[in-house]
Amino acid sequence: MADFFRWLAQLPPLAQVPIVILAFLAVVGAVLFFIEIAPRRGRRYTIIRLAVSVLVPVVTVFVVGSYTWAAAIGAVVGGILFLVDYRSRQGAGYLLQLWCFLLPAILMLVIGLIVPTIQTAVQAFMNSRGTEFVGIDNFVWIFTQPSGVRTVVNTIVWVLVTPVVSTIAGLAYAVFIDKSRGEKIFKVLVFMPMAISFVGASIIWRFMYTARPADQEQIGLLNQVIVWFGGTPYDFLANSPLNTLFLIVVLIWVQTGFAMVVLSAAIKGVPTEQLEAAELDGTSPWQRFVNVTVPSIRSSLVVVLTTISIASLKVFDIVRTMTAGANDTSVIANEMYTQFKNFETGRSAAFAVVLFLLVLPIVIYNARQIKKQREIR
Amino acid sequence: MSTATETAAAAGVIPGPETPTRRVKRRLTSRTATIAALLIAILWTVPTLGLLVSSFRPPQEVVSTGWWTIFSNVGFTLDNYTNVLAAGNSQLTMAQAFINSIAITIPATVIPLVIAALAAYAFAWMDFKGKDALFIGVFALQIVPIQMALVPLLQLFARGEIFGVPVIAAFGDGAGYAQVWIAHSIFALPLAIFLLHNFISEIPADVIEAARVDGASHGQIFFRIVLPLTMPALASFGIFQFLWVWNDLLVSLIFADGTVAPMTKLLAEITGSRGQDWPLLTAGAFLSILVPLIVFFALQRYFVRGLLAGSTKG
Repeated sequence: MADFFRWLAQLPPLAQVPIVILAFLAVVGAVLFFIEIAPRRGRRYTIIRLAVSVLVPVVTVFVVGSYTWAAAIGAVVGGILFLVDYRSRQGAGYLLQLWCFLLPAILMLVIGLIVPTIQTAVQAFMNSRGTEFVGIDNFVWIFTQPSGVRTVVNTIVWVLVTPVVSTIAGLAYAVFIDKSRGEKIFKVLVFMPMAISFVGASIIWRFMYTARPADQEQIGLLNQVIVWFGGTPYDFLANSPLNTLFLIVVLIWVQTGFAMVVLSAAIKGVPTEQLEAAELDGTSPWQRFVNVTVPSIRSSLVVVLTTISIASLKVFDIVRTMTAGANDTSVIANEMYTQFKNFETGRSAAFAVVLFLLVLPIVIYNARQIKKQREIR
Repeated sequence: MSTATETAAAAGVIPGPETPTRRVKRRLTSRTATIAALLIAILWTVPTLGLLVSSFRPPQEVVSTGWWTIFSNVGFTLDNYTNVLAAGNSQLTMAQAFINSIAITIPATVIPLVIAALAAYAFAWMDFKGKDALFIGVFALQIVPIQMALVPLLQLFARGEIFGVPVIAAFGDGAGYAQVWIAHSIFALPLAIFLLHNFISEIPADVIEAARVDGASHGQIFFRIVLPLTMPALASFGIFQFLWVWNDLLVSLIFADGTVAPMTKLLAEITGSRGQDWPLLTAGAFLSILVPLIVFFALQRYFVRGLLAGSTKG
């Protein structure tokens, strides 16, 4: 496989795309063809099944690694798989079909996600080269260094500010434009930043924040506004701790559209009878909003809040592009990358583990809310 | 599939007779609310507008006057774009990075989509021992931030070892886009399997049963029934994955080195090294957001549907 990729890499980039996709689809086609003939009866198909079960692992092992001993193990495993399948309750061939459907995904997840996650968890307790066990030194280092503490605090600020502000802005906007003329266009305008990369958004906002000396004309809009009101230009990204807030603005700018779309859909689902009944009771629009609308969209609100919280915890691109963590703006994901670039694998892994532990409760809560929301629907 | 109907309702005002309900709702939308909405809409649009306007202004104007003075300092040029396409680092130009973005994104969208659809079908319509536990396991993988997997996966590509045991032939230097393709495909799988499973399992059991009675095998059911019926879901997830990969910075920073780097990586690098070169940066940023914007505007329905159907990934 490495050889195939090396051969592929020599071709012009745009020629590689169709070749790799065709090669991939050819493999998938072969798999589907085998799924098609696997459950058929008769000795001929039994032999085909046996051949495929033994040859596929062998060939796969040769293709990805070309170790003879591994290929031998692959052949044995293939033989066992064939026997297990041959004696399966649903009839010979059933399990082979199942494995054809499932194994590509499962193998990729095991090799590319599960095993690496375990490795990272182990590396977090090793030294920078991963050769020596150092206990919790890496974590102690994070939480005793002023810059490490600062990184964790910044991340927490991100998580506290971004979801709340984006959700409130998105909810307010969704309510304001609900059933108004041109609702669709209003939506697109605020939703559009969702499609833009964080790198693009960061450049857009760096341009907004640009400061030039007071005696020159400003080219950043925000500083121009300050100058119009008689102030002196302010370097938004240089001064801690406010600069973190100005970075957070970028994520809010992106995530408000997400909050707005989801909440707008939820608002459309609020039973109109309840709103009418409330109006007949002589309530004000604000009371109706707080007492009728908000409770009925509660589960959507929670999903939006938690989803944006997860995004804020993992924020990387914005910090990387705008300040690269300078001037006390670093966050955990950025520090994880910085330490990796400095060949401090242990510390990098420790940051990843801290991030994992912070994300964990929110994701579990989020998943349960999404499930609950589905059940209501 | 209530999300689909909700999306239809969300996509535009459904015209209808004037009912008491509509009056209630209309009164809620007072004039102040409209003004507030307008204000937010302007606030959210102006930054992008500024970038777009600046990218077409002559370079010396961009760095000396504000883009809002465009009407007193009239000027239009495409120079910024020609300049930025030729700019870059020692290894590649922005034009090549643009091609790289395309070459990375398309396979990294197709491959996980197909693999996830196969797995989702098995989870939805095949019986086997431990199915629920395995599916919950795949679902639970969504909680793992990709940061946990990045470095060991890179080491696997570089050395071909897991815990010191040789597993694959090391990719070495000349493997091109392979690392990014594989990394993106793997990271997309948990969410893709989960979302596609939700759609595939909602196909009425009668349809599948009828096909089985007619003698269709799992391969035929998957190819002839499930794939066509889940096209909207495949499209939504495909768009998501496309935008995610195109806009990604972290994975490409780790896995796409040197000449295979996509636009986001090169742009981030230029922002670091030539942060005040606004003619270049505005044009470059607009080039990089152009493709997502086209995809977004052309396929907005699917995008919104996908958004309402599931969570985000990372």
